[in-house]
Amino acid sequence: MIWEPVIGLEVHVHLKTRTKMFCRCRVGFGAEPNTQTCPVCLAFPGALPVVNRTAVEWTIKLGLALGCDIAEHAVFSRKNYFYFDNPKGYQISQYDLPFCISGKVILPTAEGDRVIKIVRAHLEEDAAKTVHVGGRTGRIRGAEHSIVDFNRGGTPLVEIVTAPDIRSAEEAKRFLQLLRQTIVELGISDAEMEKGTLRVDANVSVREVGSSELRTRTELKNMNSFTFVARGIDAEIARQIAVWESGAEVRQETYDFDATTGALTPHRAKEEADDYRYFPEPDLVPIEPPADLVERLRSELPEQPAARIRRLESELDLERATVLVTGGLDQLWGDAVAAGAEKIAAANVIANTIVGAGLDPAAVSAQELARLVDARERLPRAAFDEAISKLADPGFSAEPYLAQEAVSDESELEPIVARVLEASPGQVDAYRSGKEGLLGFFVGQVLKETGGKANPRVVSELIRERLDS
Amino acid sequence: MAPVVDTLRLTAVEARGLLERGEISAAELHSAYLDAIDERDGELHCFLSTVERAEGDGVPIALKDVISTKGVETTAGSKILSGYVPVFDSTVAARCKSAGLPLLGKTNLDEFAMGSSTENSAFGPTRNPWDPTRVPGGSGGGSAAAVTAGLAPWALGSDTGGSIKQPSALCGNVGLRPTYGTVSRYGVVAFASSLDQIGPVTKTVRDAALLYSIIAGRDPLDSTTAELPEPVRLPEGESLKGVRIGMPTELNEAEGIEPGVAEAVANALALAEELGAEVGECSLPRSVRYGMPCYYLIAPAEASSNLARYDGVRYGLRAQGESYQKMVERTRDMGFGDEPKRRIMLGTYALSAGYYDAFYGQAQKVRTLISEEHREALEQFDVLVSPTSPTVAFPIGERIADPLAMYLSDLLTIPSCLAGLPGLSIPCGLSEGLPVGLQLIGPQFSENVLFRVGHALEQALEFDTVPTRWRT
Repeated sequence: MIWEPVIGLEVHVHLKTRTKMFCRCRVGFGAEPNTQTCPVCLAFPGALPVVNRTAVEWTIKLGLALGCDIAEHAVFSRKNYFYFDNPKGYQISQYDLPFCISGKVILPTAEGDRVIKIVRAHLEEDAAKTVHVGGRTGRIRGAEHSIVDFNRGGTPLVEIVTAPDIRSAEEAKRFLQLLRQTIVELGISDAEMEKGTLRVDANVSVREVGSSELRTRTELKNMNSFTFVARGIDAEIARQIAVWESGAEVRQETYDFDATTGALTPHRAKEEADDYRYFPEPDLVPIEPPADLVERLRSELPEQPAARIRRLESELDLERATVLVTGGLDQLWGDAVAAGAEKIAAANVIANTIVGAGLDPAAVSAQELARLVDARERLPRAAFDEAISKLADPGFSAEPYLAQEAVSDESELEPIVARVLEASPGQVDAYRSGKEGLLGFFVGQVLKETGGKANPRVVSELIRERLDS
Repeated sequence: MAPVVDTLRLTAVEARGLLERGEISAAELHSAYLDAIDERDGELHCFLSTVERAEGDGVPIALKDVISTKGVETTAGSKILSGYVPVFDSTVAARCKSAGLPLLGKTNLDEFAMGSSTENSAFGPTRNPWDPTRVPGGSGGGSAAAVTAGLAPWALGSDTGGSIKQPSALCGNVGLRPTYGTVSRYGVVAFASSLDQIGPVTKTVRDAALLYSIIAGRDPLDSTTAELPEPVRLPEGESLKGVRIGMPTELNEAEGIEPGVAEAVANALALAEELGAEVGECSLPRSVRYGMPCYYLIAPAEASSNLARYDGVRYGLRAQGESYQKMVERTRDMGFGDEPKRRIMLGTYALSAGYYDAFYGQAQKVRTLISEEHREALEQFDVLVSPTSPTVAFPIGERIADPLAMYLSDLLTIPSCLAGLPGLSIPCGLSEGLPVGLQLIGPQFSENVLFRVGHALEQALEFDTVPTRWRT
């Protein structure tokens, strides 16, 4: 039997509004615990929520960017449950009448556009942050005590729910990269998984290829990067296939994915469905977004990343176009090309070196970048790297670096190459028996010997000549 | 030597006159009431706490203990909030403060405003000033009894299904439940958010109008509030010419209405006709039949959620427990009395998966029907009248073991609460020596009409608000 994964994602995004969802407390990181709180977000008796209008507008904006229909009548509801990170005993969320429904995200792939349907996007408040102290696992079980920081409590949170339209871990990752870039470009969130401003839960099941059934799904939580999301999904797919093939049944469970060990551990067995006793929040009135507001927000939408990928694809290739767009680098690339840089070379330099150097693409001078891209082959590696690392400095000029020349003289390089190869007989044997990836190692050694001045292209040619003969 | 004021008779408007004319200082007035509290509250137990120093230059006020007051303990009549001192003022307390009204103290109530007799207070019952063996009504028995007993010139109560009007009726004074959304609920300990309203408890209709003008109006902190469509007017006239008064049959002939109560109401209506009103009959069949069950689904459902915040984590009572769950369980078990527990269970059930549509969802539909029915009746009439309570004040202990009998105390006040309409209760006579309340219901935002009709009737009825046992 050939198995097919069926994956749906729930993505939570912190909105970077100045104030919280239902009170005027500041939203932000790094403040002393429990200093950004008030009677509303601490749920003191009688305190009432007031809706943050900016959060509503941003949610609608996001919904529009995801191709959603915007509700004419949206309602906040109470989701009732007891936990100490949930001070009211209910979370104000949305239930049957969210702001955004029925959208779709176009995922450009080599096989054409994949459509990932968006079921809904709704607005809610985040819970407080809890830390469990004294246990081995960092979870509440086994902990001596727990501490709660209500600074995070009440942060506006948008939950985006996809249909189970995703068919591989890789596709999930690509979808998330595209979604994240869409969010970042709207200016509504930093959407950083490491900071917890973007969180992903994955619902995973498998079925026979060609079948339309939906088998029991499990939920994966606590993955803190897109790569780990993909690894977690892959691990879970493998686990489920093994369970079905052994003749057993997959049980509905929630798993935590441990990125260091690759292990999936049950989070909490769902013995019975949670009953959150949703009902419309009586402390708030329904919101009916005016049509002119929705149209204004629609008119303010930037060009969609997916459209830009397709546009760049015709000039580069899908992979490079995707990397540039989802990295927020396509603008810089376009500017560098306009300034005379060669397209592919510019894309490579931007996607590898600029990102590697941790530069803010918006601060980089495209003009100077173009000059460096153009000169990259003849510049000593060390000079090139240094120039790149300073590209974002105010008033940076490539001029002083461009004067330097890499050593391309074969007669000068030959002896160094010979010396390096003699010094590493083991690696030479390995290379000859097929480990061609070692070429980079040899080039690196030669560069080191020459203090970064050797022309890497010439060096690698010389090494190949010697080893391949 | 401070002038002697008769707090039993002094109205708030009169007290304001004394202050304006400089005949008494705010501090002297405040302390005159504290003296009255010293003298009579030992018997009545209207106050849970008092404030010794007058802050403000106006007429002092008592607030029901669900109303958060910065720096002054606010318990909601519950052990679970015992010792809880708010760090912020409710909007109504802030508005009273900025109008210069010094706080006299916080008044007793049924725990979390759940009850009709003030016997559910965790801190002991309040007694009726007319007959201390009887209840003052509830949940706002403390505020109502305090005003009648001259322990406060005026007070604020909160009304979910009758908690202002019914105690005012049983204590023989004036209580207004305003239109839902005209008075901010910010800082008022929530019972059932879609029904809770704050309103005045006073000796006269003019006092009620004055206090209403101080507290009413949109509050940016309460999204369910609205701006008043017209300013509040203190009523003047005594004529009811042209006023159409409707008597909903079901509210006036409901089972359980005592003959003496019906008689006092009939007498008031006869007077209304003499003053020029047209009195006619109308019908609210579904409102009375379904009002009670509808209320006892919606109010407990909202309460079950509103009371979830009392978990022992951040304020109030905390019991010890070896885990979070155990701590919460014990805190809530120790902290809540029987009535909140009963309603939390009812409400949790009504909202549960598989029951929501049949209970809470259905109740919301019925609520819409009840609103419709009132709207239709109020197209023909300016106000609807009925007894406020089917009975006069009942003996302490009589209904406490029978929740259903207790719930029936609010049979006549609940329907208009569900419809979000304003209701005014004024005393209209005595039955068996105890006060009878007349309930006036108007359309949304018709408080000025209620004040006008209530004031005219009040003048004609000449009801003496001083309990007979204290008359000299």
